Amino acid sequence: MAQIPQKVIHKYLRHEKKFPHVWCPGCSNGIVLGTVIRAIEDLKYERDNIAMVSGIGCSSRMPVYVDFNTLHSLHGRAIAYATGIKMYKPHMKVMVITGDGDSTAIGGNHFIHAARRNIDITVIVINNYIYGMTGGQFSPTTPTGDKATTSPYGNIDSTFDICKLAIGAGATFVARTTAYHAIEAKKYIEKAFEHKGFSVVDIISACPVIYGRLNKKGTPAQMMIDMRDNSLPIAQYEKLSEEEKKFKYPRGIFVQENKPEYTEKYAELVKMFQKPEEQGK
Amino acid sequence: MAKNKIKETSSKKQEMVLMQGNEAIALGALAAGVDFFAGYPITPSTEIAEILSEELPKKGGKFIQMEDEIASISAIIGASLAGAKAMTATSGPGFSLMQEGIGFAKMAEVPCVVVNVMRGGPSTGLPTSPSQSDIMQARWGNHGDTPAIVLYPNSVLESYELTIRAFNLAEKYRTCVVLLSDEVLGHMREAVVLPDLEKVKIINRIKPTIPPEWYKHYKNNPKYISPLASYGEGYRFHVTGLAHDERGFPTNRADEIETLMERLKNKILHHIDDLVQIESYMMEDATRAIFAAGISSRAAKEAVNILRKAGRRVGMLRPLTIWPFPDDAVRKYLFDMKTIIVAELNQGQLSRELKRVMGGVWNYSKQKKRKIVELQKNNGEIITPEEIVNLFREVR
Ligand SMILES: Cc1ncc(C[n+]2csc(CCOP(=O)(O)OP(=O)(O)O)c2C)c(N)n1
Ligand code: SF4
Repeated sequence: MAQIPQKVIHKYLRHEKKFPHVWCPGCSNGIVLGTVIRAIEDLKYERDNIAMVSGIGCSSRMPVYVDFNTLHSLHGRAIAYATGIKMYKPHMKVMVITGDGDSTAIGGNHFIHAARRNIDITVIVINNYIYGMTGGQFSPTTPTGDKATTSPYGNIDSTFDICKLAIGAGATFVARTTAYHAIEAKKYIEKAFEHKGFSVVDIISACPVIYGRLNKKGTPAQMMIDMRDNSLPIAQYEKLSEEEKKFKYPRGIFVQENKPEYTEKYAELVKMFQKPEEQGK
Repeated sequence: MAKNKIKETSSKKQEMVLMQGNEAIALGALAAGVDFFAGYPITPSTEIAEILSEELPKKGGKFIQMEDEIASISAIIGASLAGAKAMTATSGPGFSLMQEGIGFAKMAEVPCVVVNVMRGGPSTGLPTSPSQSDIMQARWGNHGDTPAIVLYPNSVLESYELTIRAFNLAEKYRTCVVLLSDEVLGHMREAVVLPDLEKVKIINRIKPTIPPEWYKHYKNNPKYISPLASYGEGYRFHVTGLAHDERGFPTNRADEIETLMERLKNKILHHIDDLVQIESYMMEDATRAIFAAGISSRAAKEAVNILRKAGRRVGMLRPLTIWPFPDDAVRKYLFDMKTIIVAELNQGQLSRELKRVMGGVWNYSKQKKRKIVELQKNNGEIITPEEIVNLFREVR
């Protein structure tokens, strides 16, 4: 019998946890999970030093499966919980796994203010254009005109561009990729983890079971093909005419800059009160 | 920010200082070892945040002003899981916003302290006037059914002491403890001699000593409370607001959910004696009594003094622990009273509990009716001793 290869992912999954996971077949959440784990493996981070925080949603179910310090918090609040952890233990690597609704609807306020502070937290948004967990209501990223269970006649809302939102609010690392581009996604996630400051990786993802079905997007495989065909590296996207741009979206790193990080600024403040011999401790 | 300069508290002889209630809460928190505060400004609690923003950096503690109260409660829960003694302070509107987070802290058993300096409501209400209208919100504010630990002082010194106690209970019982105050108590100044810091009893959460593989942070035991590790220290545990098993993993199994819910209930209800604190004043020979808490109990005490001078056998009972409600103590002291006046700044939140405990106006052991008289104010003013005295003369 052929030897079953030991996959990297198995090293990081919780052995005590009862599987199977909650995600539907064809969902992108698993791809993102694999990508996050491969990034962590390659960066050789200490598991004890990683905190993975999420809100509520299909995507936010991720922390329960992985062997880190994990916190499945409240809908929209993951970044605020993560802020508490990062502030108290700045040496920890704190990451947030969140959905488009979790991070930009109910949690929009925490998203923009964490970006403004430039606190060293990495936010990975699994952006599937829908509220998956509650059965398919439209979210702030559901394309205008698309169907959801609460927009049976087509959504009349305008959409958020999560990357532009992050940039506008002051995030110092902002990138977009898709679940199809798993290798690129791993690269961006690594860069985001290594970046000192508030980093956002917007991962366009497929919810074939609800968003895909309601909008006749075809099989999960077809939705992956669409991600490949509809997204373009930023430079190529910029060359398109305004008309052509309507049907495409850019992938790549939009912002990567060094600015003072929040917990470091706080540490500076604390230093003012330390006696000279205590400094550097 | 008008306040005293904060003294180095390790001095040998404790001196008398003039201090505000909110200041006493901030100093009590520091004495208890608070090292993380997240908050959002709101009258009449803001001084607590202001003082801690000045004091915490000096001690290497963390202060962060968040974008709202939901973020504040979230941040203190996150920090507490990383090992902090964490606290936030707010008032009515902010307290309402925090309720979902308070429920999370109770469900996931994360120690933290929430101060609510009560002001008039509902809605924006009376930002600069006192009230006692969050007594029920402090108990039933979050959705889902689980008991609460809520303390309510009535003086500046007690604000200091009960803040320390709130931290101790939060750590001991692994839960969110609410400390109520009110606008008058928070802003009132009194001369106090703070207790010697060395004599202050501090309780810290129990941490696991077993190997991480064996660690179950929600395991039932005779005390109903399991040790709590901190993030980043080798125990890579999972925390969720979902119903969970002993390891914190989500579950739908009725037996596991029942174990959890019973444990959350029992860890409080089976420790009533440790949790409940009351003050009984001149109750030994009393035939009539006043039941009041917080700021109203100060008027009640003065009313007792006035009535005693006139030869009336009147006493006062005051809960310092509002929740769990001191059922037994209330029954013990008040059951045989001919008249009970319940004085409070709301529409009858304490008196409702009192009537529940008494089982109504019929005293079956004496085969007599008792009078339960409600003295309520809901207009931003406090109850005065004279009002209570006059009411006593009226109702006898
Ligand atoms: C305060 C609150 N409001 C509403 C909900 C219900 N709810 C759960 S998940 C969810 C939406 C999740 O959507 P998204 O964040 O996009 O994640 P996805 O499920 O698509 O991965 C909602 C509305 C909740 N749990 N809490
Ligand atoms: S509902 Fe959609 S987002 Fe949720 S698990 Fe299924 S496919 Fe994924």
